[in-house]
Amino acid sequence: MKKFIYLDHAATTPVHSRVLEAMLPFFTERFCNPSAVYTVAQESRKAVDGARKTVADILGCVPRDVIFTSGGSESDNMAIKGGALALKESGNHIITSAIEHHAVTESCHFMEKLGFEVTYLPVDRYGVARLDALEKAINQRTVLVSIMTANNEVGTIQPVAEISRIVKNHPAGRGRTIIFHTDAVQAAGSLDINVDRLGVDMLSLSSHKFYGPKGVGVFYLRRNTPFISWQNGGSQERNRRAGTENVSGIIGTGVALQLAEENREHYVRHCTRLRDRLIEGIMSAIQDVHLTGHPTERLPNNVSFCFEYVEGESILLSLDFAGIAASSGSACTSASIEPSGVLLAMGVPVQVAHGSLRMTLGTDNTDEDIDYVLSTLAGIVERLRSISPLARKSAHV
Amino acid sequence: MYNPRVVDHFNNPRNVGILDGADAQASVENPVCGDLINLYIKVEDGRIKRSSFQAFGCSAAIASSSIATELIQDKTLDEALKITSDTVVGALEGLPSSKMHCAGMAADVIHKAVKNYLDKK
Ligand SMILES: Cc1ncc(COP(=O)(O)O)c(C=O)c1O
Ligand code: FES
Repeated sequence: MKKFIYLDHAATTPVHSRVLEAMLPFFTERFCNPSAVYTVAQESRKAVDGARKTVADILGCVPRDVIFTSGGSESDNMAIKGGALALKESGNHIITSAIEHHAVTESCHFMEKLGFEVTYLPVDRYGVARLDALEKAINQRTVLVSIMTANNEVGTIQPVAEISRIVKNHPAGRGRTIIFHTDAVQAAGSLDINVDRLGVDMLSLSSHKFYGPKGVGVFYLRRNTPFISWQNGGSQERNRRAGTENVSGIIGTGVALQLAEENREHYVRHCTRLRDRLIEGIMSAIQDVHLTGHPTERLPNNVSFCFEYVEGESILLSLDFAGIAASSGSACTSASIEPSGVLLAMGVPVQVAHGSLRMTLGTDNTDEDIDYVLSTLAGIVERLRSISPLARKSAHV
Repeated sequence: MYNPRVVDHFNNPRNVGILDGADAQASVENPVCGDLINLYIKVEDGRIKRSSFQAFGCSAAIASSSIATELIQDKTLDEALKITSDTVVGALEGLPSSKMHCAGMAADVIHKAVKNYLDKK
């Protein structure tokens, strides 16, 4: 078989075999609608409730606070829109960071069209939200704060618990609610996502990031948190999200999150070791590279760099030819031809951001994979630099 | 995503580097994504006898510049000025629609190099 090394686990992960196995019966013999009254349908209901309990136990909440959705994007939309709209009588100000996923950022842009004001908090050069700026940004009209648990591009982990304390203790919020949401899509399986320890009112998860199926996710909504449901119809999910449940997806989510949590310590150790090998190997083999994101407060599986003088899409294509799947925040890889806003917000110059490369590890990656990437990447960068007018030493003909 | 011809020019770009003793040189920067192409030409008896390029950009930009140096080989300056982005895309047997502007850069840098040569004379 042709070599294939998958280093794009932040984009998506394969479905774990035990997850698939648990899901399959719900497509066929156990297909019944969980809302139906007959006896066999109760099996579907029970299975969905079981998954809800599993997720709730891991989040450290009661099952009714867990809402199943169609994924991370929907959960983020529910948080921003459903939270802010519910509090529109009390204020019209939202705070988020400059490095959120588009699902949060674009939801905020939508709220701006409805007359809300949004503060996009600056981040430091490692991509950590500036807490002094947060403190200053919260005002009498602030109704919602949304800061991600960990960033999908550079892997930087945010001090969510500390942010929660700032939000919850701020004098401008005394006597009223300021909702605190976190997008924990990249954090599940790597970090503690207990909602009380994080101090969050809302939290988003996406199953396909932790070896579950695509198109299903979780929206955690703390009891008594103001929320307006805007997907209306049937009374599923206690009237907070209408629509016949994605039963097999929900079952898969429960099993996947359970496995991810049980395996978390081992996963973190495994990925961290490979990550650090890869980072150190790249730094020692290639000149003029910059590790992007925080040097230590980063996801165990995230390796992200900018290589000066070269462009990310051409690195990706070369890696692809070598059988390595990775990703980049370069303008040339995006349909919009805009460089990654995350890198720019961290102060990376546009030209340097062009040479961005993200490799995200997973459970199946091995030391041999790292050896192979290290033996391949330096040559690719060197070749592209030999073509580049910006490189230090230009070739002559 | 790319056809074999584009891949070939990306993997084995022709005429890469600074052309020593070039008669003219031009740089084009893509205003959209910030990429950069340099082209060097050597002219004899009104024809382009030798050229070379350097590119900081995506694979389509590299392949476009590479094929541009082949397209202008032995062309008169007038003929070179007639090369368009479509000529480059045609020679590459097609590019994805999001990459058309990269071929445009290659055509632009040809025109600019010829003009720089004519201005210098
Ligand atoms: C941080 C973050 N939030 C949200 C999402 C969106 O999740 P989904 O693909 O399930 O809609 C992603 C994944 O792309 C992500 O990385
Ligand atoms: S050079 Fe940027 S997209 Fe081609």
